[in-house]
Amino acid sequence: MMTHRQIKETFIRWFFFATAFVSILVLFLILVFLFMEGVPIFSKVSVWKFLFGTNWYPTASPPDFGIFPLLVASVAVTTFSALISIPLGVMTAIYLAEIASARMREIAKPVVELLAALPSVVIGFFGMVVMAPFLQDYLEIPTGLNLFNASLMLAFMSVPTICSISEDAIYSVPRELKEASLALGATHWETIYRVIFPASLSGISTGVILGMSRAVGETMVVLMVAGGAALVPTSIFKPVRPMPASIAAEMAEAPFRSDHYYALFATGIVLFLFTVLFNLLADMVAQKHKQVGAATL
Amino acid sequence: MGGGKGECMVPSRVFSSRSSVFGPSRDSGREAVGRGSGPGPARPVSGTGFRRRLQVVVFTLFRGAAVVNGLVLLVILGFLAWNGWRSVSWTFLTQAPTNSMTAGGIFPCIAGTFLLSFGAMVVAFPWGVASAVYLHEYARPGMPVRMIRLGVTNLAGVPSVVFGLFGLALFVTWMGLGVSVLAGVLTLGALVLPVIIGTAEEALKAVPATYREASLALGATKWQTIYRVVLPAAFPGMLTGAILAVSRAAGETAAIMFTAAVFFTPHLPSSLLDPVMALPYHIYVLATAGTNIEATRPLQYGTALTLILMVFGMNLVAIYYRARLQRRF
Repeated sequence: MMTHRQIKETFIRWFFFATAFVSILVLFLILVFLFMEGVPIFSKVSVWKFLFGTNWYPTASPPDFGIFPLLVASVAVTTFSALISIPLGVMTAIYLAEIASARMREIAKPVVELLAALPSVVIGFFGMVVMAPFLQDYLEIPTGLNLFNASLMLAFMSVPTICSISEDAIYSVPRELKEASLALGATHWETIYRVIFPASLSGISTGVILGMSRAVGETMVVLMVAGGAALVPTSIFKPVRPMPASIAAEMAEAPFRSDHYYALFATGIVLFLFTVLFNLLADMVAQKHKQVGAATL
Repeated sequence: MGGGKGECMVPSRVFSSRSSVFGPSRDSGREAVGRGSGPGPARPVSGTGFRRRLQVVVFTLFRGAAVVNGLVLLVILGFLAWNGWRSVSWTFLTQAPTNSMTAGGIFPCIAGTFLLSFGAMVVAFPWGVASAVYLHEYARPGMPVRMIRLGVTNLAGVPSVVFGLFGLALFVTWMGLGVSVLAGVLTLGALVLPVIIGTAEEALKAVPATYREASLALGATKWQTIYRVVLPAAFPGMLTGAILAVSRAAGETAAIMFTAAVFFTPHLPSSLLDPVMALPYHIYVLATAGTNIEATRPLQYGTALTLILMVFGMNLVAIYYRARLQRRF
């Protein structure tokens, strides 16, 4: 027989479980509503043609709904930004965790955090009014709003993510490993390179994946800086139109529940699946190579 | 999930969670090993000159990477401050735009941004805290918890434009709220939920187990312990998370583009079902689609500077407050 107290406790426990479950519910609802508004386009265009059609002319008649150029643009922008953000983020993380003195860290940490706090629209604005004219004049290219500029701006959006998660990973490397390496006569750098880096590689990978996931989904920067041409880019200085930019730019103009509207939601599905994939991958890496203690290595 | 790795993924967008960033606990142990390896002459290392020189070169490179981050922040801030400070005046902050948005102030945008970001907090804060309480105080390792954590992680990774689409489909269309404050608040609430859960959980983690044990030993039930002991102790930490979440919601653009924000509305919203103007969207509109993009540059700089001062102000408060909190337990 349960006492009044026990019944109340059980009830409260279930209440908290229900609220915690809402996160999954929201995720589920996002999926449901994206599909509800996006799937109708596939009665007009096959999934294959939608994904790999190279013409995106949603307002022409007859319209073309091939998001391949947008897909390529998203992948290209993310890849190039990763080329900048991974070395920068990981190196900063190693600096913060291993090299910086306590006082330097107290200055450098907030800098990275403030970099993370910069609203994306401000970074986009900066890319538009400062970086673009600069690139245009300096490199003598037709437009400064291009793949390169967008990648550069995106890189600084993913650096904080990569940096802070990597730093956590480096910090959680058991101290014994480091001491053992130093005791064997290795220099500090050799210890970092041969012991600490391999031991924290899974955490660093998680950070890198999440940083890239942030770059794929980032909207305002690519909307303002990438140039907006829905073409498969032939050079790094060509304007592009990544998926988020296309959605954000066209949604206002697309008539409600028109094919264009459905196509934009379907693009949203692709984008959503992209980021979910990134996140699951990050979770898998983190789970598989979880550092438990010194004994596991 | 247990280990530190899983938890640090959730709040990856805010960086607020690592409770011991400034904490003496983490540094004191490490100092013993890494002492003297900071600026200045390298720690005496056994080995040839080449190995030592290599270390100096590599460490300089790493220091350079950190400096690059600082420079980028400085350049962006400096540029906005340099170009924007002339535009920001009392009238700019307290007046509405005039002449089809080519002159006047940004008061409706400031009001709209406040409304949206604090509204989002009203929705997300209780919910996030309750979720965190479940995850940290009640949950036992197992499938349901693993699913919830995975859900939170994935929610944190959903692009803001997808949140915008979601808000458009569910709140604006399906629930019939229209483009309104309420639709925007709900969308932003969903967006910052993972941030709140992550920081609230960190705050709960920082409450020493002895507090709970003492309360339970006195005969309190689990709920009484949480309500009377754990939550009050964790509340300040949760508050810093809330501040960071507000700042994130304030800077968010893509999620409110289709759900709450409009180019221009002549009056302030009188109900939750009215659309609003918002600072980030205002910057975007003026910079890309305004009636005269070049002529409104000063307005754009001014608006961007105002937004960044708001966001950074909140972040600095949170960082400072958190650093103080860490000396508490």
